[in-house]
Amino acid sequence: MKLSRRKFIKANAIAATAVAAGISLPEAAALAQEGDQNIRWDKAPCRFCGTGCSVLVGTKDGRVVATQGDPDAPVNRGLNCIKGYFLSKIMYGKDRLKTPLLRKKNGKYDKEGDFTAVSWDEALDTMATKFKEAIKTKGPTSVGMFGSGQWTVFEGYAASKLMKAGLRTNNLDPNARHCMASAVAGFMRTFGSDEPMGCYDDLEHADGFVLWGSNMAEMHPILWSRLTDRRLTAPHVKVAVLSTFENRNFELADLGIVFKPQTDLVILNYIANYIIENKAVNTDFVGKHVNFKKGNTDIGYGLRPEDEREKNAVNASKAGGSVDITFDEYKQFVAEYTLDKTHEMTGVPKEQLLELAKMYADPKRKIVSYWTMGFNQHTRGTWANNLVYNIHLLTGKISEPGNGPFSLTGQPSACGTAREVGTFAHRLPADLVVMNEAHRDFAEQVWKLPKGTIVDKPGFHAVLQNRMLKDGKLNAYWVMCNNNVQAAANLNEETLPGYRNPENFIVVSDPYPTVTALAADLILPTAMWTEKEGAYGNAERRSQFWRQQVDAPGEAKSDLWQMMEFAKRLKVEDVWPAELIAQKPEYRGKTLYDILYTNGQVNKYPKQKIVDGAGYEYKNSEMEHFGFYVHKGLYEEYRIFGLKGPKKGHELGTFDDYHRSRGLRWPVIDGKETLWRYREGYDPHVAKGSEVQFYGNKDNKANIFALPYEPPAESPDIEYNLWLCTGRVLEHWHSGSMTQRVPELYRAVPNAVLFMHPDDAAERGLRRGMPVKIASRRGEVTASVETRGRNKMPRGMVFLPWFDARRLANKLILDATCPISKETDYKKCAVKVERA
Amino acid sequence: MSDKAKSIKETSRRQFLADGAKAACGAALLGVAAGFGASQVGASSQVFVRPPGAGLDSDFLASCLRCGQCVRACPHDALNVAGLFSRTATGTPYFQPRQVACEMCEDLPCVKACPSGALDPELTDVTKARMGLAVLIDQETCLNYLGLRCGVCYRSCPQIDKALTLDAQHNQRSGKHTLFLPKVHSEHCTGCGKCEHSCVLEVPAIKVLPRDLAKGELGHHYRLGWEEKAKKGESLIPEAFDMPDRMPEVILPTLPEVKP
Repeated sequence: MKLSRRKFIKANAIAATAVAAGISLPEAAALAQEGDQNIRWDKAPCRFCGTGCSVLVGTKDGRVVATQGDPDAPVNRGLNCIKGYFLSKIMYGKDRLKTPLLRKKNGKYDKEGDFTAVSWDEALDTMATKFKEAIKTKGPTSVGMFGSGQWTVFEGYAASKLMKAGLRTNNLDPNARHCMASAVAGFMRTFGSDEPMGCYDDLEHADGFVLWGSNMAEMHPILWSRLTDRRLTAPHVKVAVLSTFENRNFELADLGIVFKPQTDLVILNYIANYIIENKAVNTDFVGKHVNFKKGNTDIGYGLRPEDEREKNAVNASKAGGSVDITFDEYKQFVAEYTLDKTHEMTGVPKEQLLELAKMYADPKRKIVSYWTMGFNQHTRGTWANNLVYNIHLLTGKISEPGNGPFSLTGQPSACGTAREVGTFAHRLPADLVVMNEAHRDFAEQVWKLPKGTIVDKPGFHAVLQNRMLKDGKLNAYWVMCNNNVQAAANLNEETLPGYRNPENFIVVSDPYPTVTALAADLILPTAMWTEKEGAYGNAERRSQFWRQQVDAPGEAKSDLWQMMEFAKRLKVEDVWPAELIAQKPEYRGKTLYDILYTNGQVNKYPKQKIVDGAGYEYKNSEMEHFGFYVHKGLYEEYRIFGLKGPKKGHELGTFDDYHRSRGLRWPVIDGKETLWRYREGYDPHVAKGSEVQFYGNKDNKANIFALPYEPPAESPDIEYNLWLCTGRVLEHWHSGSMTQRVPELYRAVPNAVLFMHPDDAAERGLRRGMPVKIASRRGEVTASVETRGRNKMPRGMVFLPWFDARRLANKLILDATCPISKETDYKKCAVKVERA
Repeated sequence: MSDKAKSIKETSRRQFLADGAKAACGAALLGVAAGFGASQVGASSQVFVRPPGAGLDSDFLASCLRCGQCVRACPHDALNVAGLFSRTATGTPYFQPRQVACEMCEDLPCVKACPSGALDPELTDVTKARMGLAVLIDQETCLNYLGLRCGVCYRSCPQIDKALTLDAQHNQRSGKHTLFLPKVHSEHCTGCGKCEHSCVLEVPAIKVLPRDLAKGELGHHYRLGWEEKAKKGESLIPEAFDMPDRMPEVILPTLPEVKP
């Protein structure tokens, strides 16, 4: 039945009236339902976390009017969490940015001016001038970009080319640096290849789960729903949860362990010691597939070099170094982590420690370990990752159904974009790195660049970018698809000074006026989610594609459009030295757009109609504007890295395969997905008869690392007498720029509150609900005290969520990082709390 | 438009006009505008949730002086005064959780402000307040029953894991997910209404009702065997024994260890 627009609105109005009057009105509801007939449904991954739930997006009259979980999607089978339920509302906040805004005074750009609407031409021309100026005076290290694990794969890839090849700077880093960098460093150190060996199917196969610093119940809601179901339907399954406070995981925990901050390192070593002492080592596996190494210790905290803690650290400059050792030396190394010592250092009862160790040691129990920010945001984050691999390697519980360590990603494409595409300051696509000449050569070949285009030194990582902005060494800076003023640690001392440094020009691309946008000099209005074609890669190596469903509002453009248009404004002579151009004289007079994006590969696929199986036609704004199928061209070029690159095991399927499927888990070889890497039979790269090959490393072996406990960078003292941990809540995504604009989610959790133990509150004369001042050495915020509620804090520890733009929680955090991964520790610093 | 829809629409319009006229008269004649909140006109709920310590409505109405002191004392502006043509006694305090829920102030300023004792001065622990009882009233629309990972009401409950728990059940439809079903425990629910307030549906699936309206009563002739056993810590007939079953003499595969 066809329903006219007016009739539809009328039906809805009746339904709304009836609802307001508290009356259910079946006819009206049925009539409103009939409007569904004119809705076009197409698939897309959810915009939020790394779980990668698939949804169907309902579009009508150029607007996303509804969504539903895809009932046939393997990850979520039609379900969503409460953020996913509101996907259709995230693009329609009242304050969507619709035009570029440049700070101006008297009609001219002025750092101290007011935001003034300008044309795209003026915006991009001003930007190009500033970037060229910086390169001309200080060289390519004075320009940079901060990207995102929420970028689409195409955007990340285009950014990597623009910065590393075009502008010849490695100062490109994603916000995944704050999120997954320790997991990446851990994977590379132990296995020589990034990303998990297992997949979500492990959830239905394991006999036990250990959650290390992962509040999966709130942060990966649909996976938690699967894990809970396994526990419910297989009564022998055991769930252990480790955290520095009682979070929502403890609802299900058979073994709920609260340990003192930083002492997870002790527990990890204790388990290894227990396994060895109780002869639970899988000697056959270890003998065939494992090497032993001792890592450098006393490696500092990634602070500024003049900080005393860095000056005193012996190996601050060689943090990632290690030497080979034997199994016996390793055995001796962990021997000091006895039950008594571990209990003493961690505050965990001995029975709990024993029970946990037995879970891992039991050869009959298949175990999956999950972790997120508790491990990764840790001044020894890379170590924590290495140490949990040690346990799985010692017992051989890895790379098979139900057995394995699994790093859960936070962002929807931390894997797909930030890691696989290589948007980190040291990386290139498909596990290649800028420090390796063969890798650079390969990338230059694929990209048709003269040798030496890609610089061999890693660029500024996220934390360093802020420091360099402040120090005036990074001067033209572009932030895309994230809200780093709110996210980064130590706002007052390290972030804002750089953004407002008169020497610098800061550009922020965002759909909404975030605090980062407001701290910029130029704001670019950006298309989001299904306003553009995209692809995300989730935590289980599943890449999912979607088509553009609707137009972006006003003049908002996708990040991809912005980068390509910007590239048109840079001549190769502006950014490359003459010697380099001389190698490719045909590039003379060309723009970066010509060299990077119309190189015969990216522009290989002509403008075409995009039609789905049902015959619906889809718009593609970038194809329309640039005249070729940009996404397909970028993707097929990127795919060469996985198919022919020097690091094996990164094969991806074709562009069209992904558009037709509900996502595929790489390596995709001979039309098949790979569920468990490194295991014969499951992974086609593993040679027959070898059982397991960790082929990321040349000798096909993984590394067990001897690494000790080392103290945190800052601990509570007499004045700052509490630990502070910041993090998320289920209802809001990251900085809240999308979810705080959904009225229902705003009402559900409008403010960030400070979770505190009731006795800690009473001791300070505080009552529940009272506004308090939370102060660290770096600043203060005000929030009200919550002594009940979802998080149960132990004495001496407080938790403050960071989604609330009125309470910039992370300004309290010390910008100390894991010296290997350069990821900030958001989980522990010292604060005091008093009545506001 | 169907006849039914039409009649409902007209009824509501007529009612609205009548209410408006009454309000206009009332305001003009008595000069009392305060307390007649516009919110009452369209209020879908006939339920009046009272401040902490109010007890049974009949007792409360008998002792409340209609002085409005508790309303003034509420630091969160949760409390309202019932207007002239309200469905409850004019001048008495109430709150609508969907608009503003009770924040459960530990120092109970509303109770302290009450000059008559209508709000029981003996109430000093706000968790003992019984303003009403939350009821998950619509399982058809509750997202948790539909299998989504919502639980917003649960996490917003100040008495989480006591007044409101999540009952985990296997999701038969998806085959590998869990239904996390909110369950209210009247022993701990204060009726603060945070759950009703935070429910993300257009009309909340969980609502606070007066306790006498909400609560069932189990037959006095029956006991819950499993609870009685748990209370005692062992069977109520510990001497009962079980004779072993005769089994064929083959070695059976060991079953996985089962958690009690």
